[in-house]
Amino acid sequence: MQATTSSFKDLRNDFPVLNRRVRDNKKLVYLDNAATTQKPNQVIDAISDYYKNHNSNIHRAVHALAEESTEAFEETRDKVAKFLNVEDSQEIIFVRGTTEGINLVAYAWGRDNIKEGDIIVTTEYEHHSNIVPWQLLTQEKKAKLKYIDIDDNGELMLEQLDDYLSTGKVKLVTFSHMSNVLGTISPVKEIVSKCRSVGVKVLIDGAQSVPHMKIDLTDLNSDFYVFSAHKMLGPTGVGVLWAKKEILEKMSPFLGGGDMIREVHKYETTWNDLPYKFEAGTPNIADVIGFAKAIEYLEKIGMNNIRNHELELTKYALDEMKKVPGITLYGTKEPEKRGGVVSFNFNDVHPHDVGTIIDKEGVAIRSGHHCAQVLMEKLNVAATNRASFYIYNTKEEIDVLISSLQHVAKVFKL
Amino acid sequence: MSGDPIYTEMIIEYSRNPSNYGKLEDAHIHRHDSNPLCGDSIDLYLNIDGDKISDIKFDGKGCAICMACSSVLTEMIKGKTLDEVKKFTKDELLSELGLEHLIKTSPVRIKCALLSLKTLKFGIYSYFVDKLKDSESAGNLNEEAANLY
Ligand SMILES: Cc1ncc(COP(=O)(O)O)c(C=O)c1O
Repeated sequence: MQATTSSFKDLRNDFPVLNRRVRDNKKLVYLDNAATTQKPNQVIDAISDYYKNHNSNIHRAVHALAEESTEAFEETRDKVAKFLNVEDSQEIIFVRGTTEGINLVAYAWGRDNIKEGDIIVTTEYEHHSNIVPWQLLTQEKKAKLKYIDIDDNGELMLEQLDDYLSTGKVKLVTFSHMSNVLGTISPVKEIVSKCRSVGVKVLIDGAQSVPHMKIDLTDLNSDFYVFSAHKMLGPTGVGVLWAKKEILEKMSPFLGGGDMIREVHKYETTWNDLPYKFEAGTPNIADVIGFAKAIEYLEKIGMNNIRNHELELTKYALDEMKKVPGITLYGTKEPEKRGGVVSFNFNDVHPHDVGTIIDKEGVAIRSGHHCAQVLMEKLNVAATNRASFYIYNTKEEIDVLISSLQHVAKVFKL
Repeated sequence: MSGDPIYTEMIIEYSRNPSNYGKLEDAHIHRHDSNPLCGDSIDLYLNIDGDKISDIKFDGKGCAICMACSSVLTEMIKGKTLDEVKKFTKDELLSELGLEHLIKTSPVRIKCALLSLKTLKFGIYSYFVDKLKDSESAGNLNEEAANLY
């Protein structure tokens, strides 16, 4: 597919909600894609078709509906594996989202492998979901949690990682592929190779990367990788944990119950094969099946085209916003080093007031701490505004965002 | 922009120049609270003389609504008796700033408006219970605070 501006604009027709008028009959300008993206008809219809024509539990009964549902569910697993260049789809585990994926690793892998005095390394720009589970684990095990700081450009100070690794006590390095606030893209390959050379495990939070760029997990060569479907056109309630098979096989289960067992006796149980060992209970069947359509949709456009489209929008937004008096921009100035996320503050107006005032113009951005309070502390702000882009956004929408800031200036008499 | 139902002159003015802003060292009541969703965060300090609020200050970080409501609350409360403060309602506070409509129109922003009142009610409750050992007078002020929004 040709990645022209107009072909991206045509995509908008697939997203019913983008035609919404909000507040005083204002055209919706949806710039909160880092929180969750909108869904195309293809995804919505697949979910509705599933409930109308196929609904059944999976992996159990032998009737026609159960077979159809099981097949569609397992096809999604294969599709995810192919999308991420994972050879063995048994390594794809469906979870509720990034948060559950990280917690699964912290609980099932962490409890067996982290001991007193061990170190887990994370970064200052993590989402709470990649901080809190490790706080819980390190507190329980009397282990230590350490942070790689960020520099003034919002980039990781990797020499600190070297220092931590040289202690010989680090067991896991866990970080987001792309920051949900600054947009910084982490130097993944460099981090992985540093860790590999000393046998330290690596977990990557891909919540903000998988939706926006080509991800090849074989090439990246981490140990764990997690992401959420709802940030990439898919439904809420579905996420993926990928991990290397030899690690998953050695790991204890997370939740116990149906589907994850091979045989249950009164006092002992043997575990099912991968990936089912980690998928206890009836999964989110309809939404997993809907997720397949989201991946198809993204593949049709092409992940590299998506990355280029967002890069163009981000460059435009950074250039235009620089011209607005009173705007403070966060993160690196080099668009190539960041994703389609622009965090900013406007004079001394609190982000919630900015958000409320531009909401009246139909502009949806996120105002707050973005579940990244450690980072807010570092930036020494209570909150920021964040505009984040996706495939259906246009330069005209960025113009609306910027002109809506004029209203803020007027209200606050700036 | 005249006619904005939230961002009136008064709110903007208070947010710029909050009243009773600052700390009271060794205050009889000191209470911190925050809204986890939006990150508004305030500290409230009160001195009690007999049964009267002799002094009150607040500080913290918050949006214009939070700053304005905290300011107005401290102005309204200063000099009142503890009994009067117990009976003080959210409607009294909101109507002072013309924000009654937030209860219906903005379940999100109402939290910004009422954070200081919630902090105050909790503060008075623990003053009765912990300092005066008088849970009878404290009544169900803590439940009221918890259910304010
Ligand atoms: C970087 C990052 N990690 C984790 C999450 C949590 O994702 P979820 O809420 O889907 O579990 C998010 C999304 O909010 C995110 O941006």
